[in-house]
Amino acid sequence: MACISPDGKPTESGMKLLRALQSGPKSPEDVAQETGRPMYAVRSGLRELAGAELVTEKGESYELTPKGSEFVGPQA
Amino acid sequence: MEEVIRLPRLGEPAPDFEAPTTRGTIRLDDYKGSWLILFSHPADFTPVCTTEFMAFAQIYPELQKLGVELLGISVDSITSHIAWVRNIEEKLGVNIPFPIIADLNKEVAQLYGMVHPGQSKTETVRCVFVIDPNKVVRAMLYYPLTTGRNMDEILRLVEALQTTDKHGVATPANWRPDDMVIVPPPNTTESAEERLKQGYECADWYLCKKKL
Repeated sequence: MACISPDGKPTESGMKLLRALQSGPKSPEDVAQETGRPMYAVRSGLRELAGAELVTEKGESYELTPKGSEFVGPQA
Repeated sequence: MEEVIRLPRLGEPAPDFEAPTTRGTIRLDDYKGSWLILFSHPADFTPVCTTEFMAFAQIYPELQKLGVELLGISVDSITSHIAWVRNIEEKLGVNIPFPIIADLNKEVAQLYGMVHPGQSKTETVRCVFVIDPNKVVRAMLYYPLTTGRNMDEILRLVEALQTTDKHGVATPANWRPDDMVIVPPPNTTESAEERLKQGYECADWYLCKKKL
């Protein structure tokens, strides 16, 4: 799913993934379970958000960056 | 210099790719852990392809229940794909819920042997690759430009492969779910001797079926 719009802001799909990370770092599998999105879409989306520096990889998980937190509020 | 045409082979890893799609950039790796049907069509805004896309959309829920994802591909642009799926939804009332690769430079098409110059020098033929959760190519179909594919067969094919993986059996001609399956044939003279005593439905020692 396209998670970053041409103006650099997260799309609705992107926001869903960002909100899933608000409670802390999660694996793509956990994000897929929480959002109900298919795995391929979650993997592709998190990669895109990482490219836009809204999330970052932490081991096998992803977490919000300060820039990403600006869109959804700070990580819990 | 002679052009090298590559075709994937059954039982071997599916060629890796990263490609732009109508749902963002996607890699083959993104599908690891799921079954994937990668299928190509010759061109957007053409009649046979449109009927096929609607048919694929129709079986998508059933495929998802089986843990299978769909990924389309043609050499058309993202803009063309977007316009086409919007047109299908507006004019025909069918939503296309899966991504479509825009393979303008034919990179993925060449990896998968999708362009057959005897049919078209520029467009992909109608290919179907069934790729398992370990990214292995398990089945391939190559159909001509003129002939739309049969969704019943594609569903049947996936279910047969999954049944084989789950139960260690083969499936006979025209097999449907809940039909009898083929017991793997004996591979020693001793086991061949034993086979007819094992309670299967046998035409002979090498051709035995059972209910799952």
